[in-house]
Amino acid sequence: MSVAGAAAGDELPALQVYVTRADLVRYAGASGDLNPIHWSDRVATGAGLPGVIAHGMLTMALAGRLLTAWTGDPSSVRSYGTRFTRPVVVPDDDTGALVELSGTVSDVREDGGVRVATVDLAARFDGRTVLGRARAEVVLPS
Amino acid sequence: MPDASWVGTALEPAGPYQVAREKIREFAGAIGDDSAVSHDVDAARAAGHRDLVAPPTFTVCFTMPVIEAFLRDPAFDWDYTRMVHGDQRISFTRPIVAGDELTTVVHVDELRTRAGNHMLTLRCEVADETGAPVATTHALLVTQAGEGSS
Repeated sequence: MSVAGAAAGDELPALQVYVTRADLVRYAGASGDLNPIHWSDRVATGAGLPGVIAHGMLTMALAGRLLTAWTGDPSSVRSYGTRFTRPVVVPDDDTGALVELSGTVSDVREDGGVRVATVDLAARFDGRTVLGRARAEVVLPS
Repeated sequence: MPDASWVGTALEPAGPYQVAREKIREFAGAIGDDSAVSHDVDAARAAGHRDLVAPPTFTVCFTMPVIEAFLRDPAFDWDYTRMVHGDQRISFTRPIVAGDELTTVVHVDELRTRAGNHMLTLRCEVADETGAPVATTHALLVTQAGEGSS
């Protein structure tokens, strides 16, 4: 499938990512989000969570990788939004939590001389969706 | 109970935040984004960019600290420790590239209390050193209403 010639109904290459505790620590440092529910079982369970959970913004970023890998350039992303509907619980083991990411082109339109695709994204963990109404507008390469 | 008189107001501009090459590389690495234009200056310039291009969700690096400072301020009376992120939107006027000096203005757009939760919508208007708009972000943040709140 050619990205430049993308049409409604096209699927983006899917992605499977195992998120480990080390990934959460690395993301915490890179993003500056040091909330302990993302690295401390004690604090996470005290807040009523099943355990340490991934940053919602990390899951959003992982789904965003579908877009940047598809066009090859993060500057193609004009807008991107999502709801955070369920947590990704990350176990303290060597495997991590499997997050499955997929995306489908729902619309392509002309806008000021460029073609803009609307992409609906999905992220699944443990058989259930964790992002709601995840959608991006992406400028297609000419 | 968060102070509703903040709704409709804008906070003092925060920044400038200098977008560094190594921060873009670090953030892209942390999310596993291996786009060449986020790591390799030559590749970024060959693609027509001034410098390395930040991944779309990079905005969190400089907007969330400003939001956190506001929400931890006792004047607003927000339970930061029980906060969850409800939704997030990001839209770009232009991409963020290394070397940008960005200023963020937080706008308190909406505060609702429903089903025992306070729901706060904050909008960040991000501009560059010339004052030109770069990005707008919206975050819906949710925290449990304490006892006695309605």
